[in-house]
Amino acid sequence: MSQIVVEGLTKTYQIAEREPGPWGAVRGLFRRRYRRVVAVRDVSFSVESGELIGYVGPNGAGKSTTIKILAGILVPDSGRCRVLGRVPWRERVAHTARIGVVFGQRTQLWWDLPVIESFELLRDIYRVPETVYRKHRDELVDRLELSPLLDTPVRQLSLGQRMRCDLAAALLHGPAVLFLDEPTIGLDAASKLAVRDFLWEINRERNVTILLTTHDMDDIEALCSRVIVIADGEVFYDGSLEGLRARVTNERRLIVDLEDPGLPLRVEGAVEIQREGHRRVLSFDPTKTPTPLLIADVTAKYPVRDLFVENPPIEEIVAQLYRDRER
Amino acid sequence: MKAYWSVFRARFTVQLQYRAAAAAGLVTQAFWGLLRVMVLEAFYRSAEAVPPLSLPEAITYTWLGQCLFRLIFLSPDPEVREMMRAGTVAYEMARPVDLYAFWLSRALADRIVPTVLRAVPMAVLATVFFGMQFPPSLGALGAWALALVGALFLSAAISVLLTVSLLWTIAGEGITRLVPAVALFLSGLYIPLPLFPEWCQPVFDLLPFRGLGDLPFRLYTGHLPPEAVFSVILRQWVWIGVFVLLGRSALRQGMRRLVVQGG
Repeated sequence: MSQIVVEGLTKTYQIAEREPGPWGAVRGLFRRRYRRVVAVRDVSFSVESGELIGYVGPNGAGKSTTIKILAGILVPDSGRCRVLGRVPWRERVAHTARIGVVFGQRTQLWWDLPVIESFELLRDIYRVPETVYRKHRDELVDRLELSPLLDTPVRQLSLGQRMRCDLAAALLHGPAVLFLDEPTIGLDAASKLAVRDFLWEINRERNVTILLTTHDMDDIEALCSRVIVIADGEVFYDGSLEGLRARVTNERRLIVDLEDPGLPLRVEGAVEIQREGHRRVLSFDPTKTPTPLLIADVTAKYPVRDLFVENPPIEEIVAQLYRDRER
Repeated sequence: MKAYWSVFRARFTVQLQYRAAAAAGLVTQAFWGLLRVMVLEAFYRSAEAVPPLSLPEAITYTWLGQCLFRLIFLSPDPEVREMMRAGTVAYEMARPVDLYAFWLSRALADRIVPTVLRAVPMAVLATVFFGMQFPPSLGALGAWALALVGALFLSAAISVLLTVSLLWTIAGEGITRLVPAVALFLSGLYIPLPLFPEWCQPVFDLLPFRGLGDLPFRLYTGHLPPEAVFSVILRQWVWIGVFVLLGRSALRQGMRRLVVQGG
């Protein structure tokens, strides 16, 4: 059975508006105008045990709202939702005991307390038996290299250190499902890699189901077998990364480093889209121009130092997807 | 239960870190206390009728108010308020705990530590130098102690309701400034309530705030006999029940309409 089932989830926010200027402020005292903002509209998907899913969309698309509904924090206006067989907002306490949540922009650790004391507090809050807690804690401390940080108050940690501690905090009680809202936001390259490696490992080894939102497409490329794309509160793609590429464009890129930087590069079935020193970037459609033929063609005509084939970056694909949708 | 006990303990330790704030509070409280006592003495000297509270009683009453200021002071949980602004309150809701009990545990810890840190040195100071008197009997002391527990829970229960109100107001500057000032007045912290005119007394009786300060103080001074403790406690706990129920139902409503800002 699916671990997470979401059907027709809809959530609308009512936002009080006031007219601009001091006069508007005065009028607002007597007559409030409300604007309805649909955060998610008829969102449906289901997730099997052990999946690692990227939930992607521009700012304000409804990603965080979905996560917060799944985490039992928000109550949707309509739609059905079950996580591990429970309705999150109806059985909030039982539900939250079985899931882990990380909001990248915020910390769940206690600002004034040393990290280890936050962990102990979470052990009590989640009612984790001492032996289980020790086992999980030691494993997480080891994996995330936390031992030098444990006695430091949270307010003194760097963002990367804090995120590692937050990940550990979310997993101390051994949740079956982990929701991550922008776990790599603001992190430097090394910390991002550490977070990704860790997520990959716990997904593989502990079979933790992970749903993560991100703006960093490298996260998606490195981690996710499945992508759900959402915009204006609606799902408009759900499937593999390759499928997402294929749906938007078949484009592939051939990057060629020529011996002679002055030479123009002209071949049948490919367009030069970028030229920089020795490097030429050709765009082509492999269904029309098979890759081996194109490479043979280029190497036959020009002296080549190096060449390789690349997919267009996922950022461009997603941006293209949003553009297509608006048309 | 362990979860609530742990969060209580954690708050307790954090509060203990604010010793400088306690020392500063002590000086402020002592200053205002002296001022109030002087005003009282001036009024008593020119009183035409016999006041319903003797001067030593009024002085002790005033000092008790200064000692227990932080216990009586109503305010929403500063941590939750910060979370509301920053949006971290989402984490509070994502924990497998009864949120009301969680917040109540914290409100209790937030009151006990600052009160103890201030009250003990303040009481010593006021008893030795400024005319605060011991309770007339052990019975009075015991009655006062019991009523103090009620005052603590009453203060915490009202404060959690204020915390919950933040779900609607988010910043909550209005309520959180107005309510404590009014409540301090109505619990006798500015002027001892027995000194108000006769017609005011039924009004004070109808409100919950008397149980925060006035009634426990009068048990201490002996103005109320120790036997009165039963009716005092009954009053306090009925109000505590009312505020807990109100707080719980408001929290339930608030969570349904919650908009988590940002992110």
